[in-house]
Amino acid sequence: MIPASFDYEVADSAAHALSLLAEHGEDAKLLAGGHSLLPMMKVRLAQPAVLVDIARVGELSGIRRDGDELVIGATTRHADVAGSDVVRAEAPLLAYAAAQVGDPQIRHRGTIGGSLAHADPAADLPMTLLALGGSVEISGPGGVRVVSADDFFAGPFETALSPDELLSAVRVPRGGDVPWGYQKFVRRANDWAIVGVAAYDGRVALANMGGTPLRAHAVEEALRNGASAAEAAAHAADGTSPGYDIHADVEYRKHLARVLTRRALEGKTG
Amino acid sequence: MSILGTRVLRTEDPGFLTTGAVYTEDVQDERLAGACYVHFVRSTVAHARIGGIDTSAAKDAPGVVAVYTGEDLAAAGIAPVRPMMPNMNQQMLQPLLATDTVRFVGEPVAAVVTEEMYQGEDAIELVDVDYDILPAVATMHQAVSGERGLLFPAAETNVVCTYGDASAASPDLFAGCDVVVSQVIQNQRVAPAPMESRSGAAAWGEDGRLTAWIPNQGAQGTKGALMGMLGLKPDQVRVITPDVGGAFGAKFGADSEHAVICWIAKQLGRPARWSETRNENLLVMPHGRAQEQKITIGGTKDGTVLAYRLEILQDCGAYPKAGAFLPSLTRLMTPGPYNIPRAESFSTSVATNTTPVGAYRGAGRPEAAAAIDRAMDLFADAAGADPAEVRRKNLLPKFTEPHKTAFGAVYDSGDYVTALEKALAAAGYDGLLAEQAKRRENGDTLQLGIGLSSYVEITGPGGEAGGPNENSTVEVHPDGTATILTGTSPHGQGHQTVWAMLASEELGIPIEKITVKWGDTDLVPRGGGTGGSRSLQLGGAAVQQASRELLDVARERAAATLEASPADLVFDTAASAFTVKGDPDVAVPLSSLAESERLFVHTVFTAPGPTFPFGSHVAVVEVDIETGKVFLRRLVTVDDAGTVMNPLLAEGQRHGGIAQGAAQAFLEEVVFDDDGNALTATFADYPFASATELPSFELVNMETPTSYNPLGAKGIGEAGSIGSTPAVQNAVIDAVSYLGVTHIDMPTSPQRVWRAIRAANGSAANGSKEA
Amino acid sequence: MEVKLTVNGTTRSDEVEPRLLLIHYLREVCGLRAANVGCDTTSCGACTVLVDGESVKSCTVLAVQASGRSVTTAEGLVAEDGTMSAVQQAFRENHGLQCGFCTPGMVMAATSLLAENPDPTEQEVREGLEGNFCRCTGYHNIVRAVLAAAGKLSGAEASSEVNA
Repeated sequence: MIPASFDYEVADSAAHALSLLAEHGEDAKLLAGGHSLLPMMKVRLAQPAVLVDIARVGELSGIRRDGDELVIGATTRHADVAGSDVVRAEAPLLAYAAAQVGDPQIRHRGTIGGSLAHADPAADLPMTLLALGGSVEISGPGGVRVVSADDFFAGPFETALSPDELLSAVRVPRGGDVPWGYQKFVRRANDWAIVGVAAYDGRVALANMGGTPLRAHAVEEALRNGASAAEAAAHAADGTSPGYDIHADVEYRKHLARVLTRRALEGKTG
Repeated sequence: MSILGTRVLRTEDPGFLTTGAVYTEDVQDERLAGACYVHFVRSTVAHARIGGIDTSAAKDAPGVVAVYTGEDLAAAGIAPVRPMMPNMNQQMLQPLLATDTVRFVGEPVAAVVTEEMYQGEDAIELVDVDYDILPAVATMHQAVSGERGLLFPAAETNVVCTYGDASAASPDLFAGCDVVVSQVIQNQRVAPAPMESRSGAAAWGEDGRLTAWIPNQGAQGTKGALMGMLGLKPDQVRVITPDVGGAFGAKFGADSEHAVICWIAKQLGRPARWSETRNENLLVMPHGRAQEQKITIGGTKDGTVLAYRLEILQDCGAYPKAGAFLPSLTRLMTPGPYNIPRAESFSTSVATNTTPVGAYRGAGRPEAAAAIDRAMDLFADAAGADPAEVRRKNLLPKFTEPHKTAFGAVYDSGDYVTALEKALAAAGYDGLLAEQAKRRENGDTLQLGIGLSSYVEITGPGGEAGGPNENSTVEVHPDGTATILTGTSPHGQGHQTVWAMLASEELGIPIEKITVKWGDTDLVPRGGGTGGSRSLQLGGAAVQQASRELLDVARERAAATLEASPADLVFDTAASAFTVKGDPDVAVPLSSLAESERLFVHTVFTAPGPTFPFGSHVAVVEVDIETGKVFLRRLVTVDDAGTVMNPLLAEGQRHGGIAQGAAQAFLEEVVFDDDGNALTATFADYPFASATELPSFELVNMETPTSYNPLGAKGIGEAGSIGSTPAVQNAVIDAVSYLGVTHIDMPTSPQRVWRAIRAANGSAANGSKEA
Repeated sequence: MEVKLTVNGTTRSDEVEPRLLLIHYLREVCGLRAANVGCDTTSCGACTVLVDGESVKSCTVLAVQASGRSVTTAEGLVAEDGTMSAVQQAFRENHGLQCGFCTPGMVMAATSLLAENPDPTEQEVREGLEGNFCRCTGYHNIVRAVLAAAGKLSGAEASSEVNA
């Protein structure tokens, strides 16, 4: 449970972080809270030669309004997203989801950018960003580009980020009155979701029903056609490819997706 | 005023809470200065022949002092370990480091020694082991059928041992029964998972003696195990027991890694230290339970049980350990607290390519209780009777004289019906039934389930020649302090506090002035350790006995000092002094009698036999019938272990046992795939309960003393875990019985519950509870 | 590389490997061994300490990440005159520990929980401790201890016993 050796650099700005990434290429990984990366390094599933610590880069953290969006710096911690009056009022689904990540200690360290860049298909925030129809700001050698949540998650633990890029901020729509629901099915409190569902304004996203968080397109279409929550939710497993593990087989996962989608569409959290 | 029976706060705690207890990994001792660190290379496959082990790259790695394999041990004359009991197949030998064959994932294959701790994990990755994979005997049934071959060709079988004679099963056992129900049930494999994993530290002195610091449940047994594994004589070995971070049955004796680091320390002429990771712990520390049971129960339509048969298949894992023998305890407790005219049981213990199975809180008795209480509910269901009523009808009536069962167990005292009634009353059973009926009528998503258990279990079993016993030395010092030496070995139970209370009660010395010592084989050469819930009834009784005998010795000395007759002296406990009857001004303090000559007594307390605590649990669960998820809402328990010395600590023991037992029922399970790969070998994968999964417990007080020791105490440590498992399992099944479900195996995971509901197809319940 | 931080009020500077975990820095370099390593997957919380007053799992923080920060361990909750903190005291009074291995981490997690939520319900305590495993106590008395520390329990409710 000790990581392999690595070199450690502290970035003092986003630009500095980018130059370090450019210098070290695929040998380098960014470190913010470290609560996605360090657990993998401790069991040696990841062995980067260089860690670039961006936790102290002030410009990468913070929460602000920008028109009809909230902009949240990548190194903003889950505890701060969950506890932010602004996020709770204007993007309550995000505040709620951030409060579900891991446990209090993990939320004191883990960051929104880190979690999204890690792209665990069973995690809370990737599914939530997808449901919100949010996007990420990516800083790279060529400047800043914005990638929608729909286009960001490429595969299990794989995103649209290139090795020389840095996820610098997260954008979500402001909508304090928009109906939303959230379901995270677990055996124990700080587990990853066996199946997760986030619903927001007619968009439905699923966690752990495939290699990335998935939009439940068939559900969304049914809703657009006037279906009730229960009717629409019957389509939750359409187009998904859930895996099989000790907690759930494929059939049970699909069943859970349907039940939890109905509950999320009913505005329930659980 | 007596200190016994009061809620005395633990003297252990201030240190534990501030600087922390000193576990083996924490030990700082000059004898360990300059210690090297040992890490183990472990098998990644369940069954294979070892083609070769290439240690060359590892030997060249930074900080590597040495690399050892099974060949090195064999060359040094270190023999494999034989199964611990003669009835176990003696061909099933376990080398300390695998030599030609690995038999479970995690089996140690090589030991890498480094200067610094962090270098070890780097170096073990460089050892290259060539495995020729063999078919894995992944399940007990594969072990029995032989379809995957043999773990030990020389054994010519995968059967480790049997208890009882299955061929002598009575074909007429169920004659005259209107109702007969049979079910195959699983008492699934679980991991003890104490918070402190295994570790060790070893140093050899210039006097040629080994000192080993090992977390254990009995230093004397640990010493014996090391002697056996390393071929050492008693005067060559000293075991010291630091604070132990939980054990639950899995830290008895010594494991191969402990012996290996002692051997390495000798080879290198320098101290060696080892700590395992949690992954290693979940792979290698002996697992618990792992029984498949076929239960058959029969009786009359009016709810009277006439006959019961329990057939056990026990998974021993790759090398026979205590697990192989535990079915004999399960058999002993076959009928539980019930009066069953005809009962029989048999068991077969088999080896599989999985982690070895050992003792885990309850060790064989939870399995018996879970079986008989599941059978009672199945029988009640089939007979159309209320489970509480069936229990009332079939429980042995109250007895104060020892009661011998057909299985040879002599229950010392018991009042099972009262325990049941108290639990039902505390739970508000009738109100719960009404709530359940209401939810069923409303078609609620969250249904209510009520589960019962009535249990009896065996504690302080002994096995020592002459009967269950324990020793203690009590010494009073001239400065007014006292020291107790005990053969018990606490790891959270609070003996330091309670043994001091017992001595204080007799000697009048305040507990702050009493030091309790254990776990150092130079100080306490003999002892049975702590397990089987033996400590208070044997070890505590020994402390009390030693204290009383010390007063007898002291009385003689005081009499001599006062030139009075011993019969004329009175011991004033409050003053801790002897006075002369009728002359209270003359007082001889107890401590003063230690001034010219040491004042101490060593004694052995022997009990007439084991004792049998008992109780009843009522579990209340909610089941989400759409997802199958189980929520444990209430656990109401009666756990009667006789007279309670310290209610605060007794409650704590009950809480811990209840939690572990409940967790087995609805959460925990060790899972291997069909190749013998471990799928639950991290705390992220193994469903260890957090505070969120459990409620606060409701404990009901009941104390039926035993006559087997002056304290009137039986063993409480395991009782909670024995009663809660069947209560919770029964509750979950009860929640969905109206949908036609009659059985769900443990753990009642959401998927299992959902599948059971689907399989029953929502058909109307047969059998209903009469409210 | 050099790491400079404050531990239990004392500023120190040490030369460490980048990969040195904060838990090992505290135990092996600072000699503060109350916090323990209980798992490999950031699950059990036995290693919990406070960084700038907030609970973190020190097994998943590099010592170098704590540079410039203030770390508090269970040892550091004790006043100069030896008085335990209110949380430590409550754990003792409510028998919230048995083997003690999870205890320092549990105490730090509880301390942080109460700092953020001084008036928690039982459910909030249970959820707030979801990152801390205990095998011995079944959590019952730990929860009581935290509620007691929050001043919620009166002295009369001394036991979990029900009179039946």
